[in-house]
Amino acid sequence: MEWRHKDLLGLAELTKEEIELILDTASSFKEVSTREIKKVPALRGKSVVNLFYEPSTRTRVSFEIAAKRLSCDVINIIADTSSVRKGESLVDTGKNLEALKIDIIVLRHNSSGAAHLLARNVGVSVINAGDGWHEHPTQALLDIFTLKEKFGKIEGLNVTIVGDIAHSRVARSNIWGLTKLGAKVCVCAPKSLLPIEIERLGVEVFNDLDEALRDTDCVNVLRMQLERDEKTIFPSSLDYFKQYGITMERLKKLKRNILIMHPGPLNRGVEISSEVADGENSVILEQVTNGIAVRMAVLYLVTQARETIKNEAHH
Amino acid sequence: MRLIIRNSRVIDPLNNIDGIFDILIENGIISKISKEAKDRFDKVIDATNRITLPGLIDIHVHLREPGREDKETILSGTHAAAKGGITTILAMPNTDPPIDSVEKVRLVKEIIEKNAKIEVLISSAITLRREGKELVDMTRLKKEGIVAITDDGSSVDDPQLMRQAMLEAKKKNILVMLHCEDKSLSLKGVMNLGFISTCLGLRGIPKEAEFKRIERDLNLAKETDARIHITHISCKESVELIRKAKKEGLSLTCDTAPHYFSLTEEDLLDFDANKKVNPPLRTKEDVSAIKQAIREGVIDCIASDHAPHTEHEKEIEFENAEFGTIGLETELAVAITELIEPGIISWKELVRLFCVNPSYILGIEKRSLSPGKEANIIILDPQKEWIVKKEDFLSRSKNSAFLGKKLKGKVECTIYKGRIVFAQENEVYSNERVR
Repeated sequence: MEWRHKDLLGLAELTKEEIELILDTASSFKEVSTREIKKVPALRGKSVVNLFYEPSTRTRVSFEIAAKRLSCDVINIIADTSSVRKGESLVDTGKNLEALKIDIIVLRHNSSGAAHLLARNVGVSVINAGDGWHEHPTQALLDIFTLKEKFGKIEGLNVTIVGDIAHSRVARSNIWGLTKLGAKVCVCAPKSLLPIEIERLGVEVFNDLDEALRDTDCVNVLRMQLERDEKTIFPSSLDYFKQYGITMERLKKLKRNILIMHPGPLNRGVEISSEVADGENSVILEQVTNGIAVRMAVLYLVTQARETIKNEAHH
Repeated sequence: MRLIIRNSRVIDPLNNIDGIFDILIENGIISKISKEAKDRFDKVIDATNRITLPGLIDIHVHLREPGREDKETILSGTHAAAKGGITTILAMPNTDPPIDSVEKVRLVKEIIEKNAKIEVLISSAITLRREGKELVDMTRLKKEGIVAITDDGSSVDDPQLMRQAMLEAKKKNILVMLHCEDKSLSLKGVMNLGFISTCLGLRGIPKEAEFKRIERDLNLAKETDARIHITHISCKESVELIRKAKKEGLSLTCDTAPHYFSLTEEDLLDFDANKKVNPPLRTKEDVSAIKQAIREGVIDCIASDHAPHTEHEKEIEFENAEFGTIGLETELAVAITELIEPGIISWKELVRLFCVNPSYILGIEKRSLSPGKEANIIILDPQKEWIVKKEDFLSRSKNSAFLGKKLKGKVECTIYKGRIVFAQENEVYSNERVR
């Protein structure tokens, strides 16, 4: 199995084997972060630009640490402080970065499809760090990596994703990845937060949380994005917590232990209670740690692919 | 000047012709259609293995001039039309400023007079500045020669005003062309609402935005007896409503655009905004319904909705890109590829869709190859396969939904009023073919 893509845009377009290759590569990189000297020379002399058009601390920092542990140079561009404000287009910004001879652009953007747009206009690698409501592949990969660590395999697992599925790129990437690897995926949300025909992605749909959780091995709790100004009718935080909040009382009613995941940042008391978030079934911080290994794997694989493509072109 | 087109398959449904003939053109007029004409000529086009049709009519074209000459001009747009085999177009009035008064019609006429390579007919807005608030002066506009009114790009939301517009248009015998879209339903949508919009995380436009407005306008037309034409229908529900209204005897016509019978929402999986159109690309089921409606004659004609946009308005984030695709240079080939090749329609029916019916809809002279008529003729190679490429477009804009697609059938020569206004280099116009 060889990785052949210069970019990572989403999990929708990957095969089961390609996803497994990323997870395996991440496993071998995980150990690096436990060393005294947390660095390998795999990407020495390469440069990665974190091009972020949306506020994000954890994803950006995670990519930055991942790159640095591979000995890669990192440049951060946050949309507010760059020429983006002067009206430069995404494609122009990308072409300028390419002219600066960088190797990888890690793009976070509020428009669905932005990573696709950039990737087809530049020769450098593009890694999608979240585009609109579309995909957030590295988040899903680190979620799946964590699941695999805990359960040993993905096939046959029952995973429930709870929250604002309609506006969640994390949900979409998780659904693609998990279903390809053979997990059974349930989504649970009030009707107004479920996108149309979501069941066609091969998921079971629930409106009632207790029903959704009945047979689940893991619940992935999405962040309620309270900062949105959409026309969709959002329930109030308190109502949402009552109906969809993951609480100890709710978990105790279940006959078994289930794993608790959350992509962060947490809204304590909205989608999850503090007790659960900090409880013994929560792997929220392990997800953060695993994010580094997964992103190291992705940075490494896209670079390898680009060099393979380049070498083939020479021959 | 005597020009002869030798030995082509001539198809002309109005004269019930389909066979190999020579067409003689004298001083811009078709003088004779015969087998192996022996007359003397100044110029011969050898059109063996080619098909000759009357020049096509496209009743939905955005020429962008005046106002957005960076996207298209009357010169570049009509040149593109000629390349696509079109010899008459109806220009949409949503220019900047919009065509909503006699003065503006005169302004456009002047440019057409000077620059147009083919016939350009003019339509006016329904409401002043296309604001949906106040009707234009239909009496004066009609006298100035407009052939239709339309607020294309949007729909008149106020039903009272729309009723009034239809009553007025009925009185003046003006065609009302309708872009049916309820913006309170389409909102900020950028593609069809459904499974694919869910996958892509893009805001969807429900089909209701189209067919609910069609429903309203059909009722108003029933009430007012106005002659309406519904443009660019894209979905099954719209087809059904129109089928029913026609059965009930309403004097109504409609068109669809080539992208609605050849592309689906699944073509957006690459986020290519060149395929972002309004109404949006629908589902496979809708494409089948549109094709069937074409075959059954529920859809009267095909129009491109040629909508040029600059690259910097298209090669951007999908949600921010403009709606629309260019279509003049591909519409005939798409129809050949998607409708003739699979046997959905015949060549005669194609001519009805692109030529006979549009002339009937616009109330202009019927297009045929009868002797005595102006020579508006196209010669095409029905077997020629080609790939749609940016660099080959004559349109000033390159935003084609068909970029990279392989199409069958290519126009080699377009004759307007007896003059060759377009010819493929090294083919018809080369010394080998023209003597």
